[in-house]
Amino acid sequence: MKLSKLAIAAAMAATLSAPIHAAEQFFPVLVYRTGAYAPNGSQWANGYVDYLKLVNAKGGINGVKIAYEECEFGYATDRGVECYERLKNKHGGATVFQPLSTGVTFALTDKAPIDKIPLITAGYGRSESQNGAVFTWNFPLLGTYWVAADVLVQHVAKKEGGFDKLKGKKIALVYHDSPYGKEPIALLEERAKMHGFQLMLLPVAHPGVEQKATWLQIRQQRPDYVFLWGWGVMNSTALKEAQATGYPREKMYGVWWAGAEPDVKDVGEGAKGYNALALQHGAEPNAKVVKDILTLVYDKGQGTGPREEVGNVLYMRGLISAMLGVEGVRRAQERFGKGKVMTGEQVRWGLENLDLDQKKLDALGFAGVMRPVRTSCLDHMGSSWVRIHTWNGTKWEFTSDWYQADEKVIRPMVMLASAKYAEEKKITPRTPEQCKE
Amino acid sequence: MIYRENGQFKTSYAADQQIFPIRQDRIAILALLIFAGVGVPLFADEYLFRAILIPFLILSLAALGVNLLVGYCGQITLGAGAFMAVGAYAAYNFLIRVDGMPMLIAVLLGGVVAALVGIVFGVPSLRVRGLYLAVATLAAQFFWDWAFLRIRWFTNYSSSGSVSVAELDFFGWRIETPVEKYLLCLGLLILFALVAKNLTRGAIGRQWMAIRDMDVAAEVIGIRPMYAKLSAFAVSSFYLGVAGALWGFVHLGSWEPAAFSIDRSFQLLFMVIIGGLGSIMGSFFGAAFIVVLPIFLNQFLPWLGGLVGVTISTAAVSHAEFMIFGALIIFFLIVEPHGLARLWSTGKEKLRLWPFPH
Amino acid sequence: MAFFIETLIGGLMAGMLYSLVALGFVLIFKASGVFNFAQGALVLFAALAMARFAEWLPAWFGIESLALANVLAFLITIAIMFVAALLIERLVLRYLVNQEGATLLMATLGIAYFLEGFGQTVFGSDIYKIDVGMPKDPVLILENVFEGGILINKEDFIAAVIAATLVTLLTLFFQKTATGRALRAVADDHQAAQSIGIPLNRIWVIVWCVAGVVALVAGIIWGSKLGVQFSLATVALRALPVVILGGLTSVPGAIIGGLIIGVGEKLSEVYLGPSIGGGIEIWFAYVLALVFLLFRPQGLFGEKIIDRV
Repeated sequence: MKLSKLAIAAAMAATLSAPIHAAEQFFPVLVYRTGAYAPNGSQWANGYVDYLKLVNAKGGINGVKIAYEECEFGYATDRGVECYERLKNKHGGATVFQPLSTGVTFALTDKAPIDKIPLITAGYGRSESQNGAVFTWNFPLLGTYWVAADVLVQHVAKKEGGFDKLKGKKIALVYHDSPYGKEPIALLEERAKMHGFQLMLLPVAHPGVEQKATWLQIRQQRPDYVFLWGWGVMNSTALKEAQATGYPREKMYGVWWAGAEPDVKDVGEGAKGYNALALQHGAEPNAKVVKDILTLVYDKGQGTGPREEVGNVLYMRGLISAMLGVEGVRRAQERFGKGKVMTGEQVRWGLENLDLDQKKLDALGFAGVMRPVRTSCLDHMGSSWVRIHTWNGTKWEFTSDWYQADEKVIRPMVMLASAKYAEEKKITPRTPEQCKE
Repeated sequence: MIYRENGQFKTSYAADQQIFPIRQDRIAILALLIFAGVGVPLFADEYLFRAILIPFLILSLAALGVNLLVGYCGQITLGAGAFMAVGAYAAYNFLIRVDGMPMLIAVLLGGVVAALVGIVFGVPSLRVRGLYLAVATLAAQFFWDWAFLRIRWFTNYSSSGSVSVAELDFFGWRIETPVEKYLLCLGLLILFALVAKNLTRGAIGRQWMAIRDMDVAAEVIGIRPMYAKLSAFAVSSFYLGVAGALWGFVHLGSWEPAAFSIDRSFQLLFMVIIGGLGSIMGSFFGAAFIVVLPIFLNQFLPWLGGLVGVTISTAAVSHAEFMIFGALIIFFLIVEPHGLARLWSTGKEKLRLWPFPH
Repeated sequence: MAFFIETLIGGLMAGMLYSLVALGFVLIFKASGVFNFAQGALVLFAALAMARFAEWLPAWFGIESLALANVLAFLITIAIMFVAALLIERLVLRYLVNQEGATLLMATLGIAYFLEGFGQTVFGSDIYKIDVGMPKDPVLILENVFEGGILINKEDFIAAVIAATLVTLLTLFFQKTATGRALRAVADDHQAAQSIGIPLNRIWVIVWCVAGVVALVAGIIWGSKLGVQFSLATVALRALPVVILGGLTSVPGAIIGGLIIGVGEKLSEVYLGPSIGGGIEIWFAYVLALVFLLFRPQGLFGEKIIDRV
């Protein structure tokens, strides 16, 4: 009896509030706040959700409020897929998915075209999905792992005094043994062939707490540089083992997923001098957008995570990922009608025609945080600028100029790999005319 | 009253030995099959298919396989996930390396390869027993996890080590929609469940059970332990391999070895123990329980929180899910160590007498 | 040569840590026939409690000294582990007496899930630090004998010494005290022990307590090395080959098994790994244990299995 009353009440509430909620843009949020990768995953998720809250606090996207719902998948691919299925049709249909897991990205790449929901994988995912002609629904915005690897090679070449000096050098790649960790290998092998350096591949099994043998090998072989392609606890373990075997941290370079506070915090001084790529942004506690979030979200007691983590590296990554999704919607509204709820298909167009120039970024509060992003049909990445930051024992500091990945190296690889994918999946790449639609 | 077999006379051995000797059971099962084959596709929505029904069917098949080995032959295995992986990757390789290979044949061949691998990894069972064997089967788990990550031939040299299947073709019938996938899995499951049931009723099943109850005694009465144990490993691995291939092809579409990690092995063992060791029916109960429970908790807890006006954070829900899951497992083991299948048969027993006390 | 010795030493030290976790398995199996898969969760739980209390106590009571905070946290955690052992016996094991091995194993997996969820609910799921002042930088010895010297990881060395001490203490406890004798009696034969008046339930609580303390020590060592977070629970999987190699019922087996596995997996990874692709140490440990099992099905020091029809 009670239950049925409740149901009636709920139904009434739903009908009453339906007109108000009808015009909401739904952002599903796949998160992992538990499990082996929780310390990293939850910061990203907090940034992502906080930005959505900020957009709502500022009045939505041209007046369209954002609805969001979290689904916890614990970095497990099958549960990620279940979350996707659960959320994709809720609240009038999902706008865009951002899984923050290379494994889930692979699984969803096949599903996105059928369900017509774009996937943003800012800084991860398949490298060849940069080619939007084949990967219509994937958006590896800001950078792929090939970009990351390429910039690392450029940086060490610069340190050595030119690409020709790399000849005979030895570079070790310590990587997470999963699709994520394997992505850069293809590019590094290509570069190794070009410049004649020797590439040592050292896989580390999930979750990455067992690296003694890896570092013994590094001690024996003494590579000139170590590239670290880890995630979660694997990063801090690597730094501790480096310390324990006396490998200089200055010679270690992490990918942008191995360059955040949880990776170095409990190593402290031991990680001093360790470098990592910055996916454009670093830790940005002074950015305008962060201050906005603190005043408009946290001061009202609506913050998602702890206040002191706002502005951390991974928090910013989540924030920027959310911003890219929101801007995709805004761009779509410019074409399909301002103040309307966009469908996945329309948002896809918006993401493909994204044009965030410096002025827009400044207005959004991202001045100094990132560079302009401009996507097109053939380039779903939009920007390949990267810089490097270094842990000074207490915080991350930028220590390099901006680098840009070498198109001449990456583009042919992207075309080759995406052509292979298209053939396997029997996809006909879109022609430039189709792209304009 | 309704459920009793009075007046149902058996006039032939065949009638006496049929799987469901009671007419009411036959009707119920038939109704269930019709419902599953016709009713469900009409009513279920896409989410139900993709997130619950298809995983349930595939994992039931896998649980059947584990149950044949653990429940009927008494060889505890913690490496079930590895055989699923072998099936999935073998099927994948057949599909891409042999021109015009039909999907179903590839899936079955995946099962065959898994069976062969199962025999190899079953060899230690001839010497090692019980919990020692359980841990030894983990060797298979970790070895294959590693092999599919590292040996690039298995993944057709894909740069990331993740593989995917383009389209599912069932002799000209293109399987695309969730309903079609569901029906494919359902068909295979019914077929294999029937085979499993008959295997366990036949000579080989009896040998397995003799080995399970006491292998030395079984040997004394003339059962060859090698043949019995290895055949159990082979059949079980075949089922697991087919389930693994379906899991990769039909459910995930693209996968990496992590899809068949040690967690999967534990999950399968949970299914057969919660469901009931040595019971075909139990495999289904167990699979349903383990598949549905986490999803249910995950959606139910926030709803419950909303009811009393508390927003439960995603992390807290997930932690609570762990706790409730663990507690329920312990609860079931204490209440009915022989699994849900035993509860089911107790229920049936009661129903037969109802409404009389004796 | 120097590198070989280094690998060997690294393996021995890693092995000592595996032994510590394996010991938890063996203790419980010996006394109650339960194959305790929750040992990894116990390690995580204990380490979480220790790390969090060491962090909370100074905040609550204004304790300045790190050492004092650590000692207090250690004591509180021991008390918590005691309560946990009591509850596990009262709520779970008591009802599962005489069940099959597989059922008991599943029950401990249930306990593991519960502890993982509970620990993270109470103590949080972030990455935490246990700072007991372990030195992090390496030392080089024998530099005049070998070129480049032999690198010794001080932290590992201290950990190995602690593990060895604990093992010795436990052996003494088992051999010399009345409780220890009672424990051994229970291990030999439940019924016989009960009939001469040894209370089974209390013995089980004691064993789980001891296993909890072992887990705490393991948790502190691993936690100070790796940071305390979810992955600690997976160290149990690394210790399993040790247990079956040494024999499920043998304390010395756990130690020698640990050393064999530790050395075996490091040597294999370093010398065999590069030629077949690396990352082999996990399965190599299991295969190594399996090979030993083929010759001695009850493990190196396990009790001989006698079949009677």
